[in-house]
Amino acid sequence: MTGILLELAQVLLVAFLAPLFAGLLRALRAILQNRRPAGCWQNYRDLYRLFHKESLQAEGTSWLFRFAPYGIFGAFCLAAAIVPILATGLPLAPAADVIALVGLFALARVFQVLAAMDTGTPFATLGAHREMLIAGLAEPALLATLFTASLLSRSTSLSVIVAHLEQLRFALHPSMVFAAAAFFIVLLAENARIPVDNPATHLELTMIHEAMLLEYSGRHLALMEWGAQIKLTLYVAIGIALFLPWGIVPTAEVASLPVTLPVLLLKFAGAAVILALIETLLAKLRLFRAPEFMATAFLLGVIGLLTFFMLGA
Amino acid sequence: MISCLPLDLATGALLLWLGLGLLGFLLGGWPTAACRLIFPLSSVVALLLAVSGFSALTAPPDQLQLRGPLPALPWSFQIDPLSGFFLILLGLLAFAVTLFATGYFRALSRPALRRLMLQYHTFLLGMGLVLLAANAFTFLVAWEIMALASYFLVVTEHEEAGSRHAGFLYLLIAHLGALAILLGFVLLAGAAIAQGGPFSAMLHAPLDPFWASAAFLLTFFGFSAKAGLLPLHIWLPDAHPAAPAPVSALMSGAMLQMAFYGMLRVDFLFLGKLATWWGPFVLGVGLATALFGVLFAAVQTDMKRLLAYSSIENMGLIMVAFGLALIFRAHGLGALAALALAAALYHALNHAFFKGLLFLGSGSVLHGAGSVSMDRLGGLIRQMPQTAFFMLLGTLAIAGLPPLNGFVSEWLLLQAFLLSPALPQSTLSAVLPLAASGVVLAVALAAYAMVKFYGIAFLGQARGARHAHEAGRWERSAMALLSVACIFLGLFPGVLLNLLHPVLQEMLGQGFAVQQGLWLTPVSAQRASYSPAIFFLGMATALGLSFLLIWSFFGRPLRRVPAWACGFPVRTPAMQDSSLGFAQPLLRIFAPLYQAEREVDGAGRWRMRIGEPLYRGFYQPLSLLALWLSAQVLRLQQGRITLYLLYSFLTLLILLAVWR
Repeated sequence: MTGILLELAQVLLVAFLAPLFAGLLRALRAILQNRRPAGCWQNYRDLYRLFHKESLQAEGTSWLFRFAPYGIFGAFCLAAAIVPILATGLPLAPAADVIALVGLFALARVFQVLAAMDTGTPFATLGAHREMLIAGLAEPALLATLFTASLLSRSTSLSVIVAHLEQLRFALHPSMVFAAAAFFIVLLAENARIPVDNPATHLELTMIHEAMLLEYSGRHLALMEWGAQIKLTLYVAIGIALFLPWGIVPTAEVASLPVTLPVLLLKFAGAAVILALIETLLAKLRLFRAPEFMATAFLLGVIGLLTFFMLGA
Repeated sequence: MISCLPLDLATGALLLWLGLGLLGFLLGGWPTAACRLIFPLSSVVALLLAVSGFSALTAPPDQLQLRGPLPALPWSFQIDPLSGFFLILLGLLAFAVTLFATGYFRALSRPALRRLMLQYHTFLLGMGLVLLAANAFTFLVAWEIMALASYFLVVTEHEEAGSRHAGFLYLLIAHLGALAILLGFVLLAGAAIAQGGPFSAMLHAPLDPFWASAAFLLTFFGFSAKAGLLPLHIWLPDAHPAAPAPVSALMSGAMLQMAFYGMLRVDFLFLGKLATWWGPFVLGVGLATALFGVLFAAVQTDMKRLLAYSSIENMGLIMVAFGLALIFRAHGLGALAALALAAALYHALNHAFFKGLLFLGSGSVLHGAGSVSMDRLGGLIRQMPQTAFFMLLGTLAIAGLPPLNGFVSEWLLLQAFLLSPALPQSTLSAVLPLAASGVVLAVALAAYAMVKFYGIAFLGQARGARHAHEAGRWERSAMALLSVACIFLGLFPGVLLNLLHPVLQEMLGQGFAVQQGLWLTPVSAQRASYSPAIFFLGMATALGLSFLLIWSFFGRPLRRVPAWACGFPVRTPAMQDSSLGFAQPLLRIFAPLYQAEREVDGAGRWRMRIGEPLYRGFYQPLSLLALWLSAQVLRLQQGRITLYLLYSFLTLLILLAVWR
């Protein structure tokens, strides 16, 4: 019973704090760029405004266009129930391991891309094939990273990985250092951050993720934006679970939550600072430099794997 | 209760197919009647075959001998769990495809229909016989029946030069392969080849390592010619699109798997003792084939050609799993080999279903919209909503997305890869996870290719002006059946995995952990678990709840408006990505591989052609070499009898010198 409650709490927490995390990132970025931030809560105001607006459907689009926002949002909500954020061993966690989790993200992406192609507008299809390219190149790197963690803990279940890594509190894994670097690059690419894509761009020709949303409005757009924020939060949560798992307790030890929760929030805040720094310091790459960036991630992942086999750690 | 043995049922079904083929040939003069009568009956027969396959999984192996053309050369048949599994595959796929054919071939001209009826059923018969054959003689005859019948089906539209060329290439490679298989069987059967090479004599053939490897290489070459592995894939992208859609579905879904069946039988049952390098070799060939296939699938402009390249990719993935099983088996890790082999077999069945579905769907597109060239299609989801829905399921399944079936086999394969640290050879176990990343790249790019396939043809604005119509009732029900099969295999993987147990037991002497309920736990729940049904329920709940909540709080009717398209006033279908446009990033990144030819014609139209690199780089030089050699041999032929006598004399001398 506590498990189910904790599960629900985690999904709701992720869903409702994701805009805050993305907002914090935006605010930090603005500060670093000498602009005055709109505040951490701006994303909530945006979502509120979008939900109250009318939704328009472009002529000639099919049911896919309407279905996609809900499908994507549903996929990310399920993912939020699987990733161990508050605790390991949540009731839904065994339903999908890391490979299935990557598959779930891929499913959401394919729906997004199909919805973009459904509109039949030039920029949307442009964004669609770019998204598939970046994702296609990022996925091997992501799995190479996850394989390193799986080989280390002899499991592909995220809960078991976290539990295993948490035990080895002070053991240093050289392979995980490379894996962390690779994962970080993938995180930037998959979440349409600089240097692969610019979430704040207004120039359609350089867009990837935003280009696919151009025809969306009202509640559909709100869901898409919200989904993207949840996705970013989840990626950060996966990164924390893999590389900084301290403080994620088993479901049975739920009593220690008041202690671990602030630690968790602190880790998220730290991640936001690092992300904001990266996005300020790096410039956006040309689209055809992105494959090299992805290749770097893949190579780092491979080095991580090889390190594991050479050092056994 | 009369116990009907699986072998009797299977042979009976094959005889019925033969009869139906002949009946169809006679009735071809009345097209509607023939289609309505023969095809549904034949699909029932296919179901019988599948039933015999199911019962063969649990029944003890069975044999049947018939008198052959020569006293010492009997026709010999057998059924065991391995052939049972492939009979299930063939039967279920043929069931749906033949239902589809009922509607699809109505429009054929009478002589064409008569021929097709006969050839189609002969083709099915040939595939069934391949699975039932119990000696090399029967096997090779069945293999030839299958090859020739499919050749005639490929050249159904023999008025077109392209079709004839595709058929020729197919026939050539098929015979090269058959020759290699024959030689392999000769090695395996040894002296027993004079009795038709009974398979029982080949079981654990006592060969020394060198000849075992020779037999392995010969049979692998021979079977890979049929499976479309690199570099013998060359016939496949031409032959599959040339054939009518139901035939393409059968060729791609079932015939390619016959090659896999042959490899399984030869490598695990006949050779038994595996050399350590075979596994990595097969895995390497498979991975190269998968990456090659998917990269070329992504740049095709023709729907059926794209699917053909995707078949090459999928055969590559099956070979990767098979190679992994060989590796584990060679090192004595039976349980892990069972996992890898289960992934291969699972993927074989998956591929039969989703590729069959997609080929059938493209056949409906050809009939409904008049073209399968993606640059003339678009927006079919509005005109063919049901076909589009089934095709969406097929697309998601083949792209390896959960909770559909393609993901299950991918998941099993990756799990098997992650168990490689158990191998005693550390270099191999270090390289294998990299191969796993290669597999992931292939699967991710497959999603690219399939999203393009679906998005260009079914979404967006129509590129051609022609009106499209929805597929007929027979066609739609066939596609619905295959979609249901994809969903079932996706949501309840435990059912099939438990069925696979006897097959794995036969091949490896070791099965697979019994799967409980909705859970998939190949090794242990601690190691890895996946439950597609719960996964699907969770997602559906989240989706439904969010929809209900948002609709009740913020629900307002949607307003249809012209697409905004960033405010551009003009919006034509040509402004969407073309099929090559969608693949442009890949064309650019992998430019050296594609060797695309760009040309601008007199009217200023820009065109791009992507050839087959191996055709120009490997096959053309090879054919030139063959021609040159033939020309050299021609010099021997002078037409003077004295010279020929001299040749004979010299030959005798040499033979005497060598053998004394």
